[in-house]
Amino acid sequence: MFDSLTQRLGGVLSSLRSRGKISSADVENTCQEIHQALLEADVALVVVNEFIELIRQRSLDALPTLQSGTNQAQVIFEIINAALIEILGSQARRVRFAKQGPTVVILAGLQGAGKTTLAGKLAKFYKDQGDTPILVASDLQRPNAVTQLQVVGQSIGVPVFAPEPGNGVGNAVAVAQDGVAFARSKQHNMVIVDTAGRLGVDATLMKEAIAIRDAVNPDEILFVVDAMIGQDAVRTAQAFLDGVGFDGVVLTKMDGDARGGAALSIAHITKRPIMFASTGEKVSDFDIFYPERMASRILGMGDVATLAEQAKRAFDPESSAKLESKFASGEDFTLEDFLEQLQAMSKMGSMSKMLGMLPGAASMKKQIDNFDGSELIRTQAIVQSMTKAERQDPKILNGSRRTRIANGAGRAVSEVNSLVERFSQAQKMMKQMRKGGVPQGMPPALAGMGAGMARPSAGKPIQKKKSKSGNPAKRAAQERG
Amino acid sequence: MGLFSKIISKIKGTPDGSSADWSDLEVALIDADLGPELTQQIMSAARSAKADDPHEGILQVLRASLSTKPRTIVRAHQGVTTLLVVGVNGTGKTTSAAKLAGLLSSEDSRVLLAAADTFRAAAVDQLRTWGERLDIDVVHGADSADPASVAFDAAQQANARAMDYLIIDTAGRLHTKNDLMAELGKVKRVVEKVSPVQEVLLVIDATTGQNGLLQAKVFAEAVELTGIIVTKLDGSAKGGIALAIEHSMGIPIKFVGTGESATDIAAFEPDSYLQGLL
Ligand SMILES: Nc1nc2c(ncn2[C@@H]2O[C@H](COP(=O)(O)OP(=O)(O)OP(=O)(O)O)[C@@H](O)[C@H]2O)c(=O)[nH]1
Ligand SMILES: [Mg+2]
Repeated sequence: MFDSLTQRLGGVLSSLRSRGKISSADVENTCQEIHQALLEADVALVVVNEFIELIRQRSLDALPTLQSGTNQAQVIFEIINAALIEILGSQARRVRFAKQGPTVVILAGLQGAGKTTLAGKLAKFYKDQGDTPILVASDLQRPNAVTQLQVVGQSIGVPVFAPEPGNGVGNAVAVAQDGVAFARSKQHNMVIVDTAGRLGVDATLMKEAIAIRDAVNPDEILFVVDAMIGQDAVRTAQAFLDGVGFDGVVLTKMDGDARGGAALSIAHITKRPIMFASTGEKVSDFDIFYPERMASRILGMGDVATLAEQAKRAFDPESSAKLESKFASGEDFTLEDFLEQLQAMSKMGSMSKMLGMLPGAASMKKQIDNFDGSELIRTQAIVQSMTKAERQDPKILNGSRRTRIANGAGRAVSEVNSLVERFSQAQKMMKQMRKGGVPQGMPPALAGMGAGMARPSAGKPIQKKKSKSGNPAKRAAQERG
Repeated sequence: MGLFSKIISKIKGTPDGSSADWSDLEVALIDADLGPELTQQIMSAARSAKADDPHEGILQVLRASLSTKPRTIVRAHQGVTTLLVVGVNGTGKTTSAAKLAGLLSSEDSRVLLAAADTFRAAAVDQLRTWGERLDIDVVHGADSADPASVAFDAAQQANARAMDYLIIDTAGRLHTKNDLMAELGKVKRVVEKVSPVQEVLLVIDATTGQNGLLQAKVFAEAVELTGIIVTKLDGSAKGGIALAIEHSMGIPIKFVGTGESATDIAAFEPDSYLQGLL
């Protein structure tokens, strides 16, 4: 829907290449494009303006040093990228541990930012490193926030201090204070206090947060913020900074496809480090924050590292290996295999997003868009409405079976027909490949889905199991470990 | 005086609309999360209307960007009117489902709630707590039951008990998760075996930035949205992204959430919203 900055700059800068030297007017044009792209990425307007001023200055300074013929566009692009990383990452760090006694971490933020889920992730992250965290349930506001924290704590084997039922009952300040005392008495070295979500403009609740802070004297207050937040990021971050104050920032819901420009705004305005990123609903979906990745994401350049990780998680090695050996032994590629692959792919997130994470994919935008998630959803629904026998052997799919499947999936019969058709193409392709070689690029399910996006390249020999995958995502995953 | 009226009077007061005024206006629109595209449209329309009456010019563009579809809940001709509440994580689905139930039952309707978020820890308990507060029954399944089967059960119960409304709360899901979007489609299809789903309401958090457009697009593909609920308008965010969605997709904003209590919900009123937006 939005053109990435890369695409925008691609247009401006490629015309520069043909004309030789970049002029200051060209820099001006470039700045216009950056302006628009950053706004689409939800960077706050004030920050956009300051950022552009910086880029303009640095680009103009660089102009005299540019030789015509060198890749001038690349130089400008690097200036932008470096400036982003500078703002996003110059302060990056982990939790500062207390010299003695438990390290106390308070989580604060808006309603629905993802604090409770994050509390569990943070606890698990440090538990896995040998620390002994406990969770303290000081969100006594939202219905059953306490229960939620208890469930989360149980699932990761971390004790939860929850003396009050919540749902409006109990004193959050006292709970926090008692929680820290409890941790100290039980020799836990870390306390993570979950607090109720509150608006920046809610003076009463902000006072409560301040009271919690003053009662437990935390080592870190972390501001938890949704990566999808828009222009309000600056106002809210400032309100929390002026209110309870905070030492670091955690971005949540980074598994979505928001550009996350708020990260830039918050880092720039508050000068607090972004420390962690939360990337999914499972407790393990959590990582330290990588400024370079975020910069690429804001630029819309594609986040190869994150893609590789998602791929690693989505394609479980066992089923890939199973498929590969099926291949090698000449067994048939069935609709079940097809479905399994579809599911793996849909686990990775929307197709266009996934492919969009790859550098250079911008040029394939049209094909990529044809691959969008809705098609996967439809296909998956159809295959799921088939019986096991039908999936094993689609040849038995007569008219009445097809009608039944269409009804079950809520799709038209013509869609079932076209799926079967595409599948048989994919199957044919697989057979060809077995003779000729493994296609570079896509898993067969994907190849069968679109018209001619991934043609098998003839003559490549079948690869051994241990070899690097032709799928860039998979390959990257393999290379990482 | 709202920023909006300030801008208008500024523009009115300066016959040539000095560039400072225009950039003020642009700042206000961007700041409200309308997005650069819609902002540009409004700006250029306002500029060309400037000669006669800039105030009307801007309002016209804003009004023209609104949907003409009904903003009230569309009742089923007969039987249960079923509402599905959907959206990404943490936007306020459960709270909004409960508030809506409260609102409808305060108008003497018979309302049933269904807890089809069987995924997030304690999500079922959260809705049940609301049910107790509001004295409204909540249909739920066993832990991590299939959401579609819970919804199906609820639809049957709503029928059998001759309810006026069934409101189904669903798990938060990012629109980028295809399997979860497919699951949502299934919930809707399964319910429709019992009775048609009249309303699929997308809950949008007022703080949401431009990603809201992508959310709406993908949710609409999966379940055909009929309306939007904008939540957390009691904060400092203006929720302009909802207007951008309504503008680009023609899905009407139906309700607004303005707090954490049961009664903090209201029908969307375009005029006062447009005033407050800026
Ligand atoms: N201030 C304010 N808070 C709200 C509003 N609506 C919901 N909330 C709060 O936002 C938080 C999240 O609300 P939920 O209803 O649990 O959100 P949800 O979309 O069901 O969340 P998941 O099911 O986890 O995806 C809670 O703390 C609510 O009290 C609102 O209009 N204003
Ligand atoms: Mg919920």
